[in-house]
Amino acid sequence: MQASLSLSVSNPAAIPRSSHGFESSIPFPSKPVNLRFCGLRREALGFSSASTYPLSTSRSSRSVARSNKVSASLGSANGSSSAPKSFDYDLIIIGAGVGGHGAALHAVEKGLKTAIVEGDVVGGTCVNRGCVPSKALLAVSGRMRELQNEHHLKALGLQVSAAGYDRQGVADHANNLAMKIRGNLTNSMKALGVDILTGFGAVLGPQKVKVGKDTVVTAKDIIIATGSVPFVPKGIEVDGKTVITSDHALKLEFVPDWIAIVGSGYIGLEFSDVYTALGSEVTFVEALDQLMPGFDPEIGKLAQRVLINPRKIDYHTGVFATKITPAKDGKPVTIELIDAKTKEPKETLEVDAALIATGRAPFTNGLGLENINVATQRGFIPVDERMRVIDSNGDLVPHLFCIGDANGKMMLAHAASAQGISVVEQLTGRDHVLNHLSIPAACFTHPEISMVGLTEPQAREKAELEGFEVAVAKTSFKANTKALAENEGEGLAKLIYRPDNGEILGVHIFGLHAADLIHEASNAIALGTRIQDLKLAVHAHPTLSEVLDELFKSAKVSL
Amino acid sequence: MAHLLQTSFLPSSPCLRANPDRSSSSTSSPMVQISRRRSKTGGVVQAKIREIFMPALSSTMTEGKIVSWVKSEGEKLAKGESVVVVESDKADMDVETFYDGYLAAIMVEEGGVAAVGSAIALLAETEDEIEAARSKAAGSSSSASSSPAAASTAADPIPAEITAPPAASAPIAVTPVAKLASAVHPASDGGKRVVASPYAKKLAKELKVDLAAIAGSGPLGRIVAKDVEAAAAAPAPLAATTAAPPPAASPNVELGTVVPFTTMQGAVSRNMLESLSVPTFRVGYTITTDALDALYKKIKSKGVTMTALLAKATALALAKHPVVNSSCRDGNSFTYNSSINIAVAVAIDGGLITPVLQDADKSDIYSMSRKWKELVDKARAKQLQPHEYNTGTFTLSNLGMFGVDRFDAILPPGTGAIMAVGASQPTAVGTKDGRIGIKNQMQVNVTADHRVIYGADLAAFLQTLSKIIEDPKDLTF
Repeated sequence: MQASLSLSVSNPAAIPRSSHGFESSIPFPSKPVNLRFCGLRREALGFSSASTYPLSTSRSSRSVARSNKVSASLGSANGSSSAPKSFDYDLIIIGAGVGGHGAALHAVEKGLKTAIVEGDVVGGTCVNRGCVPSKALLAVSGRMRELQNEHHLKALGLQVSAAGYDRQGVADHANNLAMKIRGNLTNSMKALGVDILTGFGAVLGPQKVKVGKDTVVTAKDIIIATGSVPFVPKGIEVDGKTVITSDHALKLEFVPDWIAIVGSGYIGLEFSDVYTALGSEVTFVEALDQLMPGFDPEIGKLAQRVLINPRKIDYHTGVFATKITPAKDGKPVTIELIDAKTKEPKETLEVDAALIATGRAPFTNGLGLENINVATQRGFIPVDERMRVIDSNGDLVPHLFCIGDANGKMMLAHAASAQGISVVEQLTGRDHVLNHLSIPAACFTHPEISMVGLTEPQAREKAELEGFEVAVAKTSFKANTKALAENEGEGLAKLIYRPDNGEILGVHIFGLHAADLIHEASNAIALGTRIQDLKLAVHAHPTLSEVLDELFKSAKVSL
Repeated sequence: MAHLLQTSFLPSSPCLRANPDRSSSSTSSPMVQISRRRSKTGGVVQAKIREIFMPALSSTMTEGKIVSWVKSEGEKLAKGESVVVVESDKADMDVETFYDGYLAAIMVEEGGVAAVGSAIALLAETEDEIEAARSKAAGSSSSASSSPAAASTAADPIPAEITAPPAASAPIAVTPVAKLASAVHPASDGGKRVVASPYAKKLAKELKVDLAAIAGSGPLGRIVAKDVEAAAAAPAPLAATTAAPPPAASPNVELGTVVPFTTMQGAVSRNMLESLSVPTFRVGYTITTDALDALYKKIKSKGVTMTALLAKATALALAKHPVVNSSCRDGNSFTYNSSINIAVAVAIDGGLITPVLQDADKSDIYSMSRKWKELVDKARAKQLQPHEYNTGTFTLSNLGMFGVDRFDAILPPGTGAIMAVGASQPTAVGTKDGRIGIKNQMQVNVTADHRVIYGADLAAFLQTLSKIIEDPKDLTF
């Protein structure tokens, strides 16, 4: 969630807009990829595609309701479990995060009368407590890094005297950015005529939502998009000062001399980048045997060599933090570690602060799911590949969808948005299944890490199962003119593909602006473009994009 | 019966990986070669012990840096497994083994640099042979290996590139002496546990300092980076036992032989050539040392050395003339160095090194004298850490003890000035009132980089220096 893909992504890759063969039958990865980032679509997007799609007749019950057909029947259906005959809205979205926002905008575009329910602030995690403010901090850390790297500056012929920073100024930058984006988001929805209903939303029954204490609203379809909150394992006492989650860390209320970061995924990694740039020393605590477990192993190894080893960071792997006590009465924060396998006590750390970055838990309590016989799984709302909610009997709940972190399929802001758009496509008569393998992910360290599709081990496993061949191509940033001009030659791009037909299975990039470079690959996957065609595409010279150009060209497709 | 030993390793080609921070110079195509070498070993049959060579990972690669050992000593290796990661000019590559066996001895540590084709480790075929291989490794203490510190940049003063002692053989034993100071803090669990910050731990590993012996000065008694740095600079208690040989080597050399440069001589040679690119000039001065000599007599018993006094005087003068303490590295700009670090040239067996008295203007003469003694001991024991010999901002070279009355010095690249100090000797001097008297005088001669330091600067500096030496009360403040 800490990472936002570039704000200008105008159209998540999942929406087929042209006649390119889009394979809607691509199955989801069997294991949900728990990546946590977010992206944000630029508000007030102009979806250029006119709504002239032929309406599918397969969903006979679904008439294309237009706003003028909605009649007001508010309050008349109190407590009754029968579905109302007419509705206040075509679509109600519970949760105004990036997922809900994306769905709302697309729904309006498609002519649905739409309301969005928000119990907290518009923007959700991403905008207020996630990728947006963290990008502000990372922008600062990136510059600090540059200014502190004498070796690098000297190589460029630059002279800078000691760089320093004002903590409050940095914190304000992050806060101002969040406020600005939040304002933009709110305005974009208001401008398009989305009703913003303030209060906690809960599902009262089929097609019926309670907002706040006693307002009941009906809608033909409901999307749950309530997102997630930082996950804090048992035994860890968060005081918000010395033991903190990302929510607190983003306010940057203090920069400790020594901070332990529990969890070395994206969130932990990005914060390690921020803290070390601001002068802290960092200790990672990771339950798995190696750092950065979510990454392609080769990329992880390289990232460790660049992002961890040369910095003021050490780490404990294969250990659980069973107990974390905040600092008080002059005592430091203590962290008790046990071996992840043997459960033997291992060590106690004493640090100035601890950041809990162990992942995120779905925010689904109090949603009234019991009213519709839906049981969560570890808090996640079960859905099928079309985001339709599944009840405890395994049946689909009609007119109820769940997108984003709350369903846990792929915990990324832009994935939530793409899922929301996919749902709206279905509601407006066009069947659509989102290909999650085409959703890129990025980690905004310096340099950045990005990926789309499968990692090499995942690809090899799949190949074994389905009986095809896998090949890997790699290019180095060291050979790229633009990267060398920037004196940022460290980096690697890796392509995992099928040599028999040229299909891209995965692309992983570590290097300068990797997060911006990935979209060529993610779009290719989404549109089904093959490597043999990409090889012929032209890239401007000299640009970092040539890293991918070279990558595609170095792939050997036997066609 | 020499045995043909082939390298048992080759790089796994598709494994391109970018370098960490330090990038290397030239680029080349990533041609992967298998390095082979004939090697003569002693008569004993050692065919089962194979040498692992630094492979040539690209056509332009002449030396490689060990990024990390994937396997550690004693570990079993299977054919095709990666053993070591080597950094070439283009990328980092995993190098894998051709043979099964045991990694018996690592000859070049992580961070070390080895020439292409030189042995970096030994591979034993069976467990029994590990010992034999280890003794072999110890015997042929790798000529190619050099600690990371040794590969310092050309911008350092003369002896900067002198090979630091082979890392493995010279751990600095900072033993209980230092521990006296260690306050037992709550975090240490009665001394059982060491609490050190991540960077302190990293530094300790790099500088080979035992964290258990350091007193922490951080919050709650935690060991922080500066504690480790201080410990690394602290006296090595065993240095005294390695009684230093007299600097002048006895002339028992075989005449008529051609002797290749040692690493240290090579480094000196390179630095000397480099110094030719700097436009230097010299300014001399005669300074009366009666007062200084008197002061020296008075405080000699407290362990104060003449070198420390001269360094201190120089530092005080430099404090008033920062330009003389500046340095020009690129020809376009120069740096007013923030601290005054006086490097003093010391002849040691087989070369020359310049231990550095850091912040000489700020430390008192007594601790400076102690520090100097310790540095000299360490220099002779070849235990100086890089920061102890390559951080000088101004160099002193004194040949007075040989009776030399004047000489000039070559400017070490990367610094602004060096001062050659001659012997102080009784001289007949005419005074202003027309009388002739005898005064102790010494001649100093400063060589400076005229790109940044001009004649008037040096003249003014020397005048200040002579005033300080002629009225040395400030030296003992």
